Amino acid sequence: MGTDEKNDGGDEPMKIAEQWRGIWVIAYRDLLRFTGDRIRLVSALAMPIIFLVIFGAGFNNVIGQLAPGIDFMKFVYPGIIAMTVLNSSLMSGLSIVWDREFGFLREVLVAPLSRGSVVAGKIVGSAVISLAQGIIMLVIAPIVDVRLTAMLVLKLVPVLLIISISISALGILIASRMRSQQGFQLVMMVLLMPMTFLSGVMFPVNNVPVWMEVISKVNPLTYGVDAVRQLFLAVQPLPAGIPAGIPMPSAIGVTVFGRTMGVLDDTLVVAGLGILLLIMAVVTFSRQE
Amino acid sequence: MNAIEINGIVKKFGQLVAVDGISFNVEKGEIFGFLGPNGAGKTTTINILCTLLLPTSGKASVNGFDVVRERRQVQRSIGLVFQDPTLDDYLTAEQNLRFHAYAYGVPRDVREKRMTELLELMELNDRRRSRVSTYSGGMKRRLEVARGLLHHPQVLFLDEPTLGLDPQTRRHIWDYITTLRKQENLSILMTTHYMDEAEYCDRIAVIDHGKIVALDTPTRLKDSVGGDVVSLQADNQEQALIELKESFKLSPVVQNGMVSFSVPRSDVFLPEFLRSFRSGIRSISVRRPTLDDVFLKLTGRAIREQEAGAWEQMRRMMGAMNR
Ligand SMILES: Nc1ncnc2c1ncn2[C@@H]1O[C@H](COP(=O)(O)OP(=O)(O)OP(=O)(O)O)[C@@H](O)[C@H]1O
Ligand SMILES: [Mg+2]
Repeated sequence: MGTDEKNDGGDEPMKIAEQWRGIWVIAYRDLLRFTGDRIRLVSALAMPIIFLVIFGAGFNNVIGQLAPGIDFMKFVYPGIIAMTVLNSSLMSGLSIVWDREFGFLREVLVAPLSRGSVVAGKIVGSAVISLAQGIIMLVIAPIVDVRLTAMLVLKLVPVLLIISISISALGILIASRMRSQQGFQLVMMVLLMPMTFLSGVMFPVNNVPVWMEVISKVNPLTYGVDAVRQLFLAVQPLPAGIPAGIPMPSAIGVTVFGRTMGVLDDTLVVAGLGILLLIMAVVTFSRQE
Repeated sequence: MNAIEINGIVKKFGQLVAVDGISFNVEKGEIFGFLGPNGAGKTTTINILCTLLLPTSGKASVNGFDVVRERRQVQRSIGLVFQDPTLDDYLTAEQNLRFHAYAYGVPRDVREKRMTELLELMELNDRRRSRVSTYSGGMKRRLEVARGLLHHPQVLFLDEPTLGLDPQTRRHIWDYITTLRKQENLSILMTTHYMDEAEYCDRIAVIDHGKIVALDTPTRLKDSVGGDVVSLQADNQEQALIELKESFKLSPVVQNGMVSFSVPRSDVFLPEFLRSFRSGIRSISVRRPTLDDVFLKLTGRAIREQEAGAWEQMRRMMGAMNR
């Protein structure tokens, strides 16, 4: 039982205008809700900060330097930014499940909007919110002694957006099949908690047992985390005696089939996966009744 | 062209046949009512017509557009008030309405004007900037009705629109809807459990177990019951039932603890009946048939037995006494 996406609209004039309207109205509502919801904003930021403070301060002295000039704090901070974006992006899925449970989804589904534009609108809203949260996290950079440059922030924006779009698509894909919040939370626990921890947020995924390494390398989040981290580490001051401009130490980076991934490689992997997830999300969401 | 044409629609949920081959047409400008007990398939039929559900088989069109193949055009033609809440509680009333207006592409000048008009009508204008989560149940309901009307739909679906509203508000809403219908030739498909509301309908389909068991104007449906309805409370119900069947050749039914039956003319029937009825009678009342009686006659069950309680009975008796 299902409706094909091609049957979703029928032939009609002004289709493009209507698609844009759909994207904008769905994103608008998610942004309205986000700005009206202080609790969500605070809790979204409190969690990573607590992580950072506890793990960062706790491990910083124990672990020492992971590479010349890179202490644990400098290592984990970019990971936490990526994690903030991941968590916030997954909320797009939760919000669909939530809307289904509280009925609002029906208001959306009977409106003259294509399912594709509803998905796109959810993703746009989620990407903007996630980016905002990631950027807000930058405020604590001076406190944890991480250097920021204008160029870094500028490069960070597209990378975080691409991560957010891909993960939002994943969230919506899962949500399209879920009928209850409990179900969605369960999937989050079973699938996404390990995915987060095995993405290199907390530790480099190179000198770990093979099974762990394999999971990490097929985990799309790994590449997102790596891209963000490389951007950060590239601008951190190096101790005297080490020449600038050398590639990131391979002990920290991600190596696939002998190739150490650069920022562009990582971003392309995430983007490619994102496109795949996006198509799957649109198809699945359109098929549901 | 009719506003709604529905032809042999069937909807199955696994083994359960929720809608079992329904066919009818709703004319342009008509108010068409669905009357039936819980689980009869009313909401399922509406969900199919508004493109939320796909029919298992059969064809249906709304405003001339096929509900499966031309979903977008159907969606543009219709307005809905769902049976269950569909508001975003975290947004204000105004934000909920704006979302709706944007989603339906209502032009800006029309939007603000109509929003205020509807909020005033629903007596929500002074609370338009409050979050919906701070609203009472009735206020939420009124806001849903306002939202369903906001984009000037051509066909309106109302699934128990006034559930839980006080009589005064219900009147307001119905006055407005009937005015709109005259002004804009609005067609309406509605369900309700309030009998007085069913009277607003031009025609009513009585639906039970997913099938239409009768379809006619409210007046003719009530006439089909045959004359007046007599209800009595007997000392011995069993005995009274037997006597009514055997000596009077009537077909009595038990409704809310009362034995009731219909007779063509109660003014002729009653004096003779009271003289010759041998079972003891505690109370007796006569009234014009209601749509409830129509349903009872067609299916042998009351529409909402549990709700037509003591109060309803009392009201009916008073009504009978006043005449
Ligand atoms: N999504 C669904 N999955 C399975 N069964 C369903 C679903 N929706 C409705 N049903 C079943 O279909 C039947 C008809 O339900 P429907 O909601 O159409 O009744 P209704 O006439 O609107 O009743 P009410 O007066 O209580 O609103 C019921 O038996 C119900 O349990
Ligand atoms: Mg219903």
